[in-house]
Amino acid sequence: MNPVARRRNLLPGYLFISPWLIGFLIFTAGPMLASIGISFTSWSMLSAPTWIGLGNYERIFTEDPLFLRSLGNTAYYVIFSVPLTTVLALGLALLLNQRLPGIGVFRTIFFLPSITNLVAMSILWIWIFNPEVGLLNRALAAAGIDGPLWLQSETWSKPALILMSLWGVGGSMIIFLAALQGVPPDLYEAAELDGAGRLRRFFHITLPMISPAMFFSLVMSLIGGFQVFTQAFVMTGTAQPGTEGGPNNATLFMVLYLYKKAFQDFQMGYASALAWILFFFILVFTLAQKRAGQRWVYYEAGDRP
Amino acid sequence: MTENGRFGKVFWAALSRYTVMYLLLGVLCLLFLAPFAWMLSVSGHDLAGVFAEPYRWIPDRYRWENFGLVTSLLPFWRYAANTLFITVLVLIGTLLSCSLVAYGFSRIQFRGRDTLFALCLSTMMLPGQVTMIPLYMLFVSLGWIDTYLPLIVPAFFGSPFYIFLLRQFFMTIPREYDEAAVLDGAGRLRIYWSIILPLARPALAVVALFTFVGTWNDFFGPLIYLNSPETATLTLGLSMLKSQVVGTGATQWHLLMAGAVLIMLPNVVIFFLAQKHFVKGIAVGGLRG
Repeated sequence: MNPVARRRNLLPGYLFISPWLIGFLIFTAGPMLASIGISFTSWSMLSAPTWIGLGNYERIFTEDPLFLRSLGNTAYYVIFSVPLTTVLALGLALLLNQRLPGIGVFRTIFFLPSITNLVAMSILWIWIFNPEVGLLNRALAAAGIDGPLWLQSETWSKPALILMSLWGVGGSMIIFLAALQGVPPDLYEAAELDGAGRLRRFFHITLPMISPAMFFSLVMSLIGGFQVFTQAFVMTGTAQPGTEGGPNNATLFMVLYLYKKAFQDFQMGYASALAWILFFFILVFTLAQKRAGQRWVYYEAGDRP
Repeated sequence: MTENGRFGKVFWAALSRYTVMYLLLGVLCLLFLAPFAWMLSVSGHDLAGVFAEPYRWIPDRYRWENFGLVTSLLPFWRYAANTLFITVLVLIGTLLSCSLVAYGFSRIQFRGRDTLFALCLSTMMLPGQVTMIPLYMLFVSLGWIDTYLPLIVPAFFGSPFYIFLLRQFFMTIPREYDEAAVLDGAGRLRIYWSIILPLARPALAVVALFTFVGTWNDFFGPLIYLNSPETATLTLGLSMLKSQVVGTGATQWHLLMAGAVLIMLPNVVIFFLAQKHFVKGIAVGGLRG
C-alpha cells in the first residue's frame, strides 16, 4: 500500500482502535506505572503514602515467613497441578479422538465442569471433601480406606485443591482435541506403510504435531496456577473472615495473600510489591517455557506465530 | 486399517477395542459426573438425610422446596437481577468495542498498527493483580465503589483475547465485499456495521458466550468492588451465604447445594444450546495462540 493511502488511513485507523487504546492507557498502562510507584511506599489508604524505597521488597524477602509460605504453597500447587492437568487433558483428548458412535456425549461430559461457576463448584467440593460424610471419604471407606481430613488437614488440603482442579481439565482437553484433529491423516498412513507401530507413531507424529497446542496449554495453565485464588478463598479457613488460607496457612497462595494484605489489612504498598513479585515469577516461568519450547515445539514451515 | 487379517480376526479385534474404549470412557464419565450427581442428590435431601448413615443417593422424597427455600435465604432474585444487569451491559460493551477494534486491526492499514496489535496481545500475559490496586484506588476516587460501574465500564474498552479472536475471523472475510461496498459509496462505519458484523455472526457468538459465562461466574471483581449486601451478584451472594452458615453448627448443606445448582444452571443450559460455538472458540484460541 502506498504511503499516501497509509497516511489517509491514519485517523480512521486510530479511531477504530481507540476504545482499546484509551482503555489500555486508563486501565492498564496507567495503573501499571502507579502500581510500581505504590510498591515503593507504605500506604494504608487512611493517610498519605510515605516513600520507603525498596523497603517493602526487603521486608517481603527477609522478614515475612507468610510470603515464603505462600510462595512454597503456590509452587507446590503449580508443580503438581500443571503436569497432572496436561497429562489428563491429553489422555482424554486421545480417547475422544476416536471414531466411535456417541463420542460427542463423552466430550460434553468431560467439558461440562470447566464452564461451571467456580464458587458454586467450590461449595460442592467442600462437601465432597467432608471427612465424615463427604462423597470422597465415603467412596474410600467403601474400598476399605480411611480417608484423610482433606481441607482440614495441613498435609492434604493442597492435594485436595489439586484433585479438584483436575475436574476442570476440559478447556485444555478441547485444545488438545482440536490439535489432534488437525494432524493430517496421510502422515499416519505414510508412517504405517514404513512399518511404524502405534507407539512410534504417537511419539514421532502425534506429539510433534500437537506440540504447539501443548505449549499453549502449558503456558496458560502455569499462569492460571500461579493465580489460583477463588478455591482457596471459598474453601479453606474457618467461618471467621481472615482465616482463609486453610489450616496453618497450608493453602495461603500468593494471590490470596496479596488479596488479604490489600483488602483486609489495607497495606496497599506492601500488596503492590507482592503483585510485582508475582508478575516477575510468572514472566520468568513463561519466558523459560518459551526458551525451552524452542527445542521441543514443532512449527510447520510458516506456521510460527 | 490393515488389510492382512481375515474378516473374523478384524471383527474380534474391533469388538474388543470398542469394549475396552467404552469401558474406559464409561468409568471416566462416572468420575466426572459423580460430583454433579452428588450435588443434585444432596439438594433433594433434608438435613437429616444429608447426614444419614448409610447415605441414600435417592432421597425417599425429592425435596424440591429446597430450591425455593434457598431463594428466600439469599435475596436470590435480587442477586439474579443484579447479575443479569451487569452481564447484559458487559455483553453490549464487549461486543461493540472488540468488534470495532478488531475491524481497525484487520481492515485498515495504518502506521503503527502491527506494533499496537502486538502490544494488545502482550497485555494478555499481564496478571490482573498488578493493576488491581491502582484500579481500586481509581474507582474509589471516582466514587464508583459499591456501584456496578467498575465491572461494566472497562468492558466498553475492549478485551485483548476477544479482539484477537474477532480479528482472526475478520481476516477470513474476503475483501471483495468491502471493495464492492466502497464502489456503492459506503464508508468504513457502514462496511463495519452492514457487511462485516453480519458475516462475523459465528465469531461474535463465540465472544458473546465466553463473555456471558465469564461475567456470570466472575467472583474477584464483585468481591472487591461490591460491599453492601443488596448490590451483590449471585456468585458473591453464594459465597457470602457460605461464610455465614458454614462452621456455625448444623450447616444446611442441602440448601447450599440447591443454591449451587441454581447458579450453575444458566451456564449449563447455555452450554448445551451452544456447545459447538464453545468448542470452536477454545480451539481457535488454543491453536493460534
